Amino acid sequence: MDNALHEPQTIVLLGGTSDIGLAIVRELLSPTTRVVVLACRDTAKGEVAAAGLRRDGLTVDVVEFDGATPATHQAVMDGIAARHGDLDVVILAYALLGSGQATSRDMAEAVEVAHVNFTGAVASLVAAGNVLRAQRHGSIVVLSSVAGERVRGANAVYGATKAGLDGFAQGLGDELAEDGVHMLVVRPGFVRSAMTEGLPAAPFATTPEAVATAAVKGLRGRRRTVWVPGLLRFVFMALRHTPGPVWRRLPLG
Amino acid sequence: MAVLSQVARRTLTGWGRTNATNADVVAVANHEVAAALGAAGGRGVLVRGLGRSYGDSAQNSGGLVLQLEGSAHEAVLDEAAGTITVPAGVSLDDLLRRIVPRGWFVPVTPGTRFVTMGGAIASDVHGKGHHLTGSFGNHVRSLRLLLADGTVADVAPHRRADLFWATIGGMGLTGVILDVTFALLPIETSRMTVDTTRLPDLDAVFAAMEEGDADYRYSVAWIDPVGRGRHLGRSVLGRGDHATLAQLSPREQRDPLAYGPKVLATLPPLQLPVGLINRTTINAFNEVWFRKAPRHREGEVQTIATFWHPLDMVGGWNRLYGAKGMVQYQFVVPFGQEGAIRAVLERLTEGGASSFLSVLKRFGPGNPAPLSFPREGWTLAVDLPVAIHGIAELLHGLDRIVLDAGGRHYLTKDGHTTPAAIAQGYPRLEEWKAVRRTVDPQGMWQSDQSRRLGLTD
Repeated sequence: MDNALHEPQTIVLLGGTSDIGLAIVRELLSPTTRVVVLACRDTAKGEVAAAGLRRDGLTVDVVEFDGATPATHQAVMDGIAARHGDLDVVILAYALLGSGQATSRDMAEAVEVAHVNFTGAVASLVAAGNVLRAQRHGSIVVLSSVAGERVRGANAVYGATKAGLDGFAQGLGDELAEDGVHMLVVRPGFVRSAMTEGLPAAPFATTPEAVATAAVKGLRGRRRTVWVPGLLRFVFMALRHTPGPVWRRLPLG
Repeated sequence: MAVLSQVARRTLTGWGRTNATNADVVAVANHEVAAALGAAGGRGVLVRGLGRSYGDSAQNSGGLVLQLEGSAHEAVLDEAAGTITVPAGVSLDDLLRRIVPRGWFVPVTPGTRFVTMGGAIASDVHGKGHHLTGSFGNHVRSLRLLLADGTVADVAPHRRADLFWATIGGMGLTGVILDVTFALLPIETSRMTVDTTRLPDLDAVFAAMEEGDADYRYSVAWIDPVGRGRHLGRSVLGRGDHATLAQLSPREQRDPLAYGPKVLATLPPLQLPVGLINRTTINAFNEVWFRKAPRHREGEVQTIATFWHPLDMVGGWNRLYGAKGMVQYQFVVPFGQEGAIRAVLERLTEGGASSFLSVLKRFGPGNPAPLSFPREGWTLAVDLPVAIHGIAELLHGLDRIVLDAGGRHYLTKDGHTTPAAIAQGYPRLEEWKAVRRTVDPQGMWQSDQSRRLGLTD
């Protein structure tokens, strides 16, 4: 149960080793927080992240979870709720970036990225939505991306999965609102993190910490969408309507 | 069943209008409660009175919330014994309109008359008379309590005493209080006689209350939050008693028990995005309030409404705090820990967190109820807008001062403390939980607060 100051007691991070996800968890932590659950595929890496969060009065659990096995998501989420009680914030932070244009030519990789980023993520949101709907309170934070706002040739599969996820999250959020559940879609630009290591930064590049600050502000204000940096909202408003021949030539990184 | 067809989904908040949650709400008469429990799902049942607890005490997200119907006309007054039996859903407002003209007053009233009798017991409310007469539970002779198994228990200080005292201050988590019998106070008039003194600083307030409180049935100090430095804690001390017939003017004597409190204005149910209560307006209001108080005045005759329930004159005043709402921070620290009161006031002024209303009171001894808030010591209550920058850090800091001083927080006001803070402040919490488990092994009674603070684990 969030307290009167919008501080959550229980936080679940799907993609428990994600830089952005962990930055949001750190931004949310307060003396009120009782439980953080890091749900991830690589539990050894998850334990390292957990060690960095642990302190007096805070339980940090690492739970095995794989975005690529959507059929297991409900059971994992129900198990977390059974163990820790009401869930206040669920953060969906896992995704595969793929390898840019090459992904569009590599059948196996394209299917895997689409499966994890979209099918898996949809299953995770359904699972989280079911738990939060029953308790009739709580928030879901979905890490979308500006890459989904207008999909580029340079990362078409990744961008398309984010476009699909973003759409589903908004629709589900509208439905969940009637049950007192809040959905926040976060659309960062290029974020310097482990996921993008070695890639050249795009314009308006940001950091996991900046994304976390904006996301938590959005949570407290019960916003539906947050862009990071905020200016990107207007940049993409223009880019959406840029003619194709121009769009293709833009130096977007 | 007819009752359950009336169930409506509603968004509920406490009086502070923070953390809204969603529940299935239904109004029921006392004889329908047992049947209504059939609609309870895994998220349990809670009775909500008039929603005047500030935090999440009267919410049950995803569960069933019952509102008890009841009228003061059903109350049974035993003038010979000086007691009354009242359905739990009756408001103090209704009850006072019925009993004051007959020469009776409630043994304890909180700062608002818009509470139900059931809520008064669940919170074990206190008032300006605690130093002499204790909290509401001290005056309860018996209760009828509907238990989770559908049976009705008749409990009293000498009958199932453990369950009786677990219910006093038990936040509605032991069963549904159906009706209550308690002792009344006979009064000659419906007026109060009040002595007012302006005091220059906190030490003067402590000293004046320690010396003089025993001479007054009622006593409370209003602290001016504008006072800082050597003026920290400057206050207006108001103390009084019920006026006797002889103390009234000849005009007032013609109708000595007249009682008709009015709500002068009600704020429209608009959501103000930004509150009207901020540092500037708070300081201006309090400066004026302090200056207009007399240095010293004795024997002023006031109405019950003016002395007891001044805020009730403005309906919906909590909306002034804007969309983010407010918290009321109330705690008690034992005598000898006056430094904690000073430290809290200093923190508030340093943090730029002026309180619209700050009230200091000396508590007398507590009662045997394990979760009852009052205990011997000083209690301070401050109203704070949630919109204050850094309020979370500020309040967590205050929590440490309070707990380090051996103090505790009032569950009825609480919206932000932690399970650990409550466990530390209420050393008999486990004893209370054990009693609760014997009458509610399946966890029928739940609230947002009980889940947040682990009261019903």
